[in-house]
Amino acid sequence: MCYTVVMKILTELQIENAVYEIAKKMCFEVDEKTLKKISDAYEKEDNRATKDALSDIIVNAKIAKNEHIPLCQDTGIVIAFCEIGGQIVIDGSFEKAINSGIKRAYSTEYLRKSVVKSPLDRVNTNDNTPCIIHTTITDGDKLKITLCPKGAGSENMGRVKMLTPASGEDGIIDFVVETVRLAGGKACPPLIVGVGIGGDLEECALLSKRALLRDIDDCSKDTHAKRLEDILYEKINALNIGAMGLKGKTTCLAVKVETFPCHIASLPVAVSLMCHANRHATCEL
Amino acid sequence: MNINIDDKNEFLSKIKTLKAGDRVYLSGTLLTARDAVHKELKNLIDNNEKLPYNFVNSIIYYAGPTDTPPEKIVGSIGPTTSQRMDSYAEYMKKLGVLAVIGKGERSDECKKIYLRDGITYFIATGGCGALLSKCVTSCEVVAFSHLGCESVKKLTVDNFPVTVCYDNEQGDIFNG
Ligand code: SF4
Repeated sequence: MCYTVVMKILTELQIENAVYEIAKKMCFEVDEKTLKKISDAYEKEDNRATKDALSDIIVNAKIAKNEHIPLCQDTGIVIAFCEIGGQIVIDGSFEKAINSGIKRAYSTEYLRKSVVKSPLDRVNTNDNTPCIIHTTITDGDKLKITLCPKGAGSENMGRVKMLTPASGEDGIIDFVVETVRLAGGKACPPLIVGVGIGGDLEECALLSKRALLRDIDDCSKDTHAKRLEDILYEKINALNIGAMGLKGKTTCLAVKVETFPCHIASLPVAVSLMCHANRHATCEL
Repeated sequence: MNINIDDKNEFLSKIKTLKAGDRVYLSGTLLTARDAVHKELKNLIDNNEKLPYNFVNSIIYYAGPTDTPPEKIVGSIGPTTSQRMDSYAEYMKKLGVLAVIGKGERSDECKKIYLRDGITYFIATGGCGALLSKCVTSCEVVAFSHLGCESVKKLTVDNFPVTVCYDNEQGDIFNG
């Protein structure tokens, strides 16, 4: 048998440069659609202190963009979600390319170095690397990288639970709502709530993180998951946590549910929370 | 309301009149300190060792800014989650601290200690480091410089917006 495979070569430097270009902008601008939802929340809100906080968030976004000041001092540990086309050949180290791009951006843009070398001895790496890199192999010849600088205020409030099938949908709803309630004002609401259901322990956590990357205005294509998104959105906003925990109508801006097949005996559920500083950036090569 | 925080008497008399949920604008000196500094201060106090800086009558701001670009006074500087400093509540009075600024709820235990010791808890809006940086008119590292972004910085602020969280009449902005 004889067949031709078309390959596309990408060098380490090409990838590093592409990562650098998006990383240097990502901490200065909040997702436009998220900002629109925050403005809507401001209009709807009656509570004075909560309205003040929402107004701060809106003004902050303008100052950050116009004066090139990071939106938030926590410029995060960077999570890189990468889709690598099967026809791509990487000339060099993929990991090194991503980390070098991040290192450069965090230096030239004066972003905060928030990564420690070991969780035990806690010495700062001083360059905000390594990143957390997730890769999937896709069809075709494109490389797509989405970066998300994730702050600890919201990340620390995420949770995973291995429910059993008997817990069912009610168990899932209770767990998600409880997670947001426990997070209170600490995760910087209004939030985007990512929910991963199914798979196994690590897969559901990853699903909940990927859920946060979806367009804030979309809804799940799966009718059952969409119904859950709607129920959770109502219940979470009925918690009366409000912006920064100051009480109010808007605790979450959106809920995104992602599912994956799982074992007959399992029902893993994970919740990842994204604060109002919803920052991410994508490049394609 | 505007408060000159460098005048202890003005601060204490104005604070008494405030209710949970009131927004006030602080002008004067703040000291930044977060996780690592609290841990080091606790160890020094527990071992009766000398502190590298005098915190008497100070207001602590739980913050670790981004790096300061050339020609700028400070980087982005919003509050970090206060909960991680709850376990140091007993040490605030020992340090002589008047108030702390952070974000989010405190534990019941921490709130009780603050109310007992007369320590005011304010929040600034989380995720608004760009906005809050505009209120900072000077910034100088004064202690624990080896901690980088977590070092103690002496900030001069002008009309720095904060919200009162608890008052002496059971007011609690998070549980009202
Ligand atoms: S939770 Fe988000 S907005 Fe709040 S301090 Fe952390 S990164 Fe910034």
